Amino acid sequence: MYSEKVMDHFQNPRNVGEIENASGVGTVGNAKCGDIMRMFLDIDENGIIRDVKFKTFGCGAAVATSSMATELVKGKTIREAMQVTNKAVMEALDGLPPVKVHCSLLAEEAIHAALWDYAEKNHIVIEGLKKPKSDIHEGEEEEEY
Amino acid sequence: MIYLDNAATTKTAPEVVETMLPYFTENYGNPSTIYSLGSGAKKAVNQARRTIAAAIGAKQEEIYFTAGGSESDNWALKCAAEAYETKGKHIITTKIEHHAILHTCEYLEKKGFEVTYLGVDKDGLVDLEELKAAIRPDTILISVMFANNEIGTIEPIAEIGAIAREHGILFHTDAVQAFGQIPINVDELNVDMLSASGHKLNGPKGVGFLYIRSGLKLRSLIHGGAQERNRRAGTENVPGIVGLEAATTRALRIMEEKTAKETELRNYLIERIEKEIPYCRLNGHRTKRLPGNVNFSFLFIEGESVLIMLDMKGICASSGSACTSGSLDPSHVLLAIGLKHEEAHGSLRMTLSEENTKEELDFVVDNLKEIVQKLRNMSPLYEDFIKKNQSRK
Repeated sequence: MYSEKVMDHFQNPRNVGEIENASGVGTVGNAKCGDIMRMFLDIDENGIIRDVKFKTFGCGAAVATSSMATELVKGKTIREAMQVTNKAVMEALDGLPPVKVHCSLLAEEAIHAALWDYAEKNHIVIEGLKKPKSDIHEGEEEEEY
Repeated sequence: MIYLDNAATTKTAPEVVETMLPYFTENYGNPSTIYSLGSGAKKAVNQARRTIAAAIGAKQEEIYFTAGGSESDNWALKCAAEAYETKGKHIITTKIEHHAILHTCEYLEKKGFEVTYLGVDKDGLVDLEELKAAIRPDTILISVMFANNEIGTIEPIAEIGAIAREHGILFHTDAVQAFGQIPINVDELNVDMLSASGHKLNGPKGVGFLYIRSGLKLRSLIHGGAQERNRRAGTENVPGIVGLEAATTRALRIMEEKTAKETELRNYLIERIEKEIPYCRLNGHRTKRLPGNVNFSFLFIEGESVLIMLDMKGICASSGSACTSGSLDPSHVLLAIGLKHEEAHGSLRMTLSEENTKEELDFVVDNLKEIVQKLRNMSPLYEDFIKKNQSRK
């Protein structure tokens, strides 16, 4: 059901992890739907994305799209990162099954959410960037496992 | 390959295939014809009917062959509703039924019937008091599955049958997961209709039966020729029916041994997982459970990812996550037993057969441990959980 590229990025995901004191962190999706992506960006003084890491809870396509999205924005300027759409992520993965297209949307949103966090921290405006959708922990009750 | 998805389907037993083969190329006659080629086929169909009737303590004229569990469920519900609608339009079922029941009930609701969906407890058991309270003067049918396909919980069918009988209400049970796995007697259980399918007990796909207690005024679902005593049209699937008979005979012959072996394997698998993989939960009742069913939720990870990684190790299993259900919602059964969405997304079902070995299960657990840890290491939910625990210390 998945392309070879999707399987490759699922089995060997690139840039998994966290960045301490990241320039921007964004988390999108929710546990209810079964997909959560968290993207960490390290952006230097020239606005270049020096490093990027991710963590994802979700299916094979969710992991693969997160992984591919990190590859596509790494080393790029903020402006270039803004051009990484869900379509670009999908194309880079040689396509996704129709039911999994939302995973690529989530990857795009995760980048945007991390950039939004960076912009807020630095009191700047990134052209074309909208406020990410509501917080993932909204309405969730504290629970002990 | 290690096959742990026997609740989805089973390998057709070689002895079943062998029994079926002559009915494709030699005894291929249509049972409705009068020459001996056809009457041979007819004899085989009736012999199969006797064997299957005996297997559930029924009379041979109470067994009707169908194309499988879904057809049997559709037939039982739609035609019982239609036959008894002058008496009332209320049906009682449960929230954990197979979609063949649930979607048929939704259809009947659109046709003006009212359906009560009983909840279940955390183990998946129907509450008998809740059932009694749901019964109304216009209740015409109760349909409760014998054993659940996802979590393996075996329902109190005898008690439900007694309640239905006491109130003069028809009782149907979807026994697709139970037939051939656990002993069934329709008279002792007060069951009026029972659905079963061939491919869950090492028989062929595309064949099953509906038991209809004699005296019930159930009309046809499939209209046409006069097959199955005028109640189910269509030329009989003779090889399938013969295969279903062979599978039933085999299942009865090995039931005791198979149950003992599967129960031992099941308990071993459950024990190792509970001991070696943290933050997991066994879904379904611990003892009132199908011998081969194991269902766990692994917190902080998603089921499809686990399945793909298991597949890469040659292990076949299934999950109740949304990604595997083809919809955005995870399994309705797991939600009905009170799991949160993320717990349901992280479920893994492994259904064993008597052919599995302890060595296979050791291989499965060893790999599963690594897979769960790998996925947790990339899960933001796990990260949040660990950080929350650290900040509390």
